[in-house]
Amino acid sequence: MASYQTVFGSLENYEKGGVQVIDDDPKHYCFSNIFDVASKSKPYEKVAVGQNLKYVIETLRAEGTSPWFAAAHDEAALVMDGEIEVHFIQPDQPVVPEGKEGTIKLPSEPTGKKMGYVKAWRGHMALLPKGTAYQFRNHGKPGVLMVQTIKGDITVEKWSEICQTEA
Amino acid sequence: MSTVQAAPKSSQPSNNLGYQTFSIGQFKFQRDEYFAHILYPGNRHIMKVDSFLRALMRDVGWGFFYGTVNFDNVFGTVNHYGTVEMFVGLFNEAYRKTNRHYVETFQSADLRKTFEAMLDDWTNQGFDPYAAPDETGTVFGVKHGSNTKALKRERMVAKRMVGLPGDLGYRTDENGYPVNRQFTDVPQDKPEIHAEPGFEGQVHAFNMLGYVSRSDVTWNPSVVSCVKDSQFCATTEEEALPITHGNDRVEWFIQATDEIIWDVDDGKTGRPRAKVTMKAGDVAAMPADIRHKGYSPKRSILIVWENNDDRLPQMYAKGELPPYPVEF
Repeated sequence: MASYQTVFGSLENYEKGGVQVIDDDPKHYCFSNIFDVASKSKPYEKVAVGQNLKYVIETLRAEGTSPWFAAAHDEAALVMDGEIEVHFIQPDQPVVPEGKEGTIKLPSEPTGKKMGYVKAWRGHMALLPKGTAYQFRNHGKPGVLMVQTIKGDITVEKWSEICQTEA
Repeated sequence: MSTVQAAPKSSQPSNNLGYQTFSIGQFKFQRDEYFAHILYPGNRHIMKVDSFLRALMRDVGWGFFYGTVNFDNVFGTVNHYGTVEMFVGLFNEAYRKTNRHYVETFQSADLRKTFEAMLDDWTNQGFDPYAAPDETGTVFGVKHGSNTKALKRERMVAKRMVGLPGDLGYRTDENGYPVNRQFTDVPQDKPEIHAEPGFEGQVHAFNMLGYVSRSDVTWNPSVVSCVKDSQFCATTEEEALPITHGNDRVEWFIQATDEIIWDVDDGKTGRPRAKVTMKAGDVAAMPADIRHKGYSPKRSILIVWENNDDRLPQMYAKGELPPYPVEF
């Protein structure tokens, strides 16, 4: 029986594909690699690697402890590399205006009830629930997160730096 | 070109191979031991029956999907979300140039009923059109049995995230979803969840790649997480996408494991525009005006990222939105 090896990527070991243009502009495909992007990012910089109108996918280099974040809608975080804790607080007072879209960075840890935390590693997806404050913590080698969210004030766009632009 | 409203007609008597003939509007579908024959006024199109049934399975399973489902470079359907166009040559440059294309419009429910009946009758015992070719039996020959159970799989759609209370459940050995033979090295461990009392069910995480590694179908995205209309549709891919998907909006691919090579052609003419090779961690957009077909040499995990806003097809069709997601 054949033995199959599933290929994952990581910060230390990834291989990029690419766009082989026949009759098009490679920029139309916004081609990037999340490990490549995270390898050049500041810790917890929320770099957009995908945008579908108001929605974005952000790549975060998970290194050390992040600021506290919150959003007025659900978000989802998929760990692509490393081991990451996500700590949650239910704020005593709303920390995000109702209807605000995208992640906001809180000035400090909000007062409220500690909800607990999840410890997740490659392949695990965590819910970042609406209205909850959360913080990422990475204690080991840097990891990579992919966050499904809406474009917001702290979304970083640097498409020309991260995407394939030449045929 | 002809565009008409038509209701399905009853199946014709079986042919001498045991297969029924189906008709709707002016289209008639017949199968023999090897081929599906698509007859329309004045002409005939032919496809290998295994390819036809694999494409038909996706069209039925996805509810005609987003945009165009090209069974090959001639025949297919266009979803107008309530009605469906079934066409020959509509997106083929030569057919259009010579005015040999043919189109009819049906109520989605009517066409779906015809397609479901045809899929059920033409699928023989041991053949699963959702499975990778190496995992299933043959569909050729005279009619022998059926495989209705395999055709009735429901598309799995999480409302917020897989595993939350009241949401889509996990796949396990016990409920009939063993890890696929090509994903035995995908870890099945679980994230640690340390919820304080009163917050159980709110502090949530699950092994998404483990969940997807247990998918028993190929090229059939299932929604694992949602942020309003933003849907992560995770899927396992092996061999070739049985259709060529014509976009009616921008969609995105995130290659989670392994590799897929995409042929990208112009949506209207079929002229080649690019080849996109995606390896683990790669992210790429598929513009709103293209069609694409993927090739996955080993079973791989792909996240198809969709915007489910139902206003988008009209907006792209009218040119109110550019076909490309980002200008830079």
